[in-house]
Amino acid sequence: MSVTERYALMYDLDALMKAFGEAGGDKGILASNEIAHLVADGHKLLSMRSLEGLEVDARETLTGISAKVTVKEGIKIKNPVHLCFGILHKKGTQKIRMDVKLEKNSSARFIAHCIFPKAEKVKHIMDAVVELGEGAEMRYSETHFHGLYGGIEVVPKSVVTVARNGRYFTDFTLITGRVGKLDIDYSVEAGENAVTELTARVFGHANDNIKIKEKVILAGENSRGLIKTRVALEDEAEAEVTGITEGNAAGARGHVDCMEIVKDNAVAKAIPIVNVTNPLAKVTHEAAIGSVDKRQMETLMAHGLTPEEAVDVIVKGILK
Amino acid sequence: MTSIGEAKEKVPLLEIKGVTFHAGDKGILNEFSMSMEVSEVHALLGANGTGKSTLAYLIMGCEGYSPTSGEIRFEGKAINDLRIHERAQLGITMAWQEPVRFEGISVRDYLSLKQEGTDSSGYLEMVGLSAELYLGRMVDKCLSGGERKRIELASVLALHPKLAILDEPDSGIDMLSTRDIINVINIFRENGSSVLLITHREEIALISDKASQICRGKIVCSGSPHEVAEYYKAGKCLVCDGKVCAYV
Repeated sequence: MSVTERYALMYDLDALMKAFGEAGGDKGILASNEIAHLVADGHKLLSMRSLEGLEVDARETLTGISAKVTVKEGIKIKNPVHLCFGILHKKGTQKIRMDVKLEKNSSARFIAHCIFPKAEKVKHIMDAVVELGEGAEMRYSETHFHGLYGGIEVVPKSVVTVARNGRYFTDFTLITGRVGKLDIDYSVEAGENAVTELTARVFGHANDNIKIKEKVILAGENSRGLIKTRVALEDEAEAEVTGITEGNAAGARGHVDCMEIVKDNAVAKAIPIVNVTNPLAKVTHEAAIGSVDKRQMETLMAHGLTPEEAVDVIVKGILK
Repeated sequence: MTSIGEAKEKVPLLEIKGVTFHAGDKGILNEFSMSMEVSEVHALLGANGTGKSTLAYLIMGCEGYSPTSGEIRFEGKAINDLRIHERAQLGITMAWQEPVRFEGISVRDYLSLKQEGTDSSGYLEMVGLSAELYLGRMVDKCLSGGERKRIELASVLALHPKLAILDEPDSGIDMLSTRDIINVINIFRENGSSVLLITHREEIALISDKASQICRGKIVCSGSPHEVAEYYKAGKCLVCDGKVCAYV
């Protein structure tokens, strides 16, 4: 790498981390030798660090990044692994391909920061394949920081398999800035005694368009699954939330919990799908769509909050 | 202008004058009148369906609860046209019979709504809950009915209202004990708050300074708590002949 290229890389890294800091992130994570990370702006790989027992192998592709992350058998990663992706320009495409493998009895927590502060015509595609070995535990939080223009398309897709006694928890949050167009497609297959929880929180404004499809297949005996979705919509925003749970083994227990709050001319749709193929499995669902609850509003107003303040408190609460 | 020697007329804290309220074709309150003084604890006794909670919603100004006729005045000012938050800002608030749950709002935040930065731990202790155990919890469905009621009372205490309407704090499966309610009422008294205590249990009414019995949307008896409690217990109501508000 030439000196010029190195300076350009450092400039991009500084700019991305500045945006990360402005979004509330801790810029110090890159400096710590005890924290693994992977940072990419568009299709440029800016920084990465592995740790003992945690391999991060990433490379640039023509349109993005391809990364392979492996946590070795029995290794428990103490600090969260930070994944920082973004596009700082107004236009661009970023395709991330992630292959994550947690070997037997290992555990790790991943925090993904996705930063698109100036997006006017940006596409961010995440395609992940996650494999959790027996007794492995993975927690994955993905938080998006978008600008106010709405010119962004986010397409996260993941296929996850959780082996016997494994535990997989994921949390997707997009409540800062305009959503733009969001199309989530997650699928998790849980083995015997495995536990999985998928949570998504999104706040849509203007003409944002939100599609969330999450599927949990309870394939193993006594496996557990929860799909929890919280969406708030205002203006002309639209959302369609599909939560699918299949109970295919004895003792499997699943639940789909969807809540959508709509204001103004926003439109929300919830489609809970429950398939049970084993008589000893049990899957339940609940979906609530509507305007802000009247009794909640009145209770807060009786505490002196204006109607606007009350709505704000309720919406922030469900998206928390 | 007040002339020398003329006694200045005392303005009641709350004055309800001839309020009638219909829900559809059904009359709930019928020319209802009562008043409360500053720092007064007034128990409103009545059986189920006699209009107690409706009166509370009318005073608080809940949506759909506007008097068909009559007037509600607070500190001498007509409040019929004020919305809930405007009445709350005057100093009226309410603890609901079945308080709602809030996802994602901690007890700490709930107790300091509109009062950010205040230490709310003391209010929890006042209602018999440990601040250490409860401040970080959410005001959601993980709380039992009794815990939620106590937190609602703590939130009302934290507001230091001029008038607190307590709608049946003694009702429900997880009801608060008489001792709990006496403790809370005494704290309101110490803070100088007036309390409209809605109940259908005469032993609760005995805590008050003054009591009234309501039946078919009207006050049928008003006076000292003991007298009203005896009247209520005896089922002597002349309005319904004991058919509606027979002793519960």
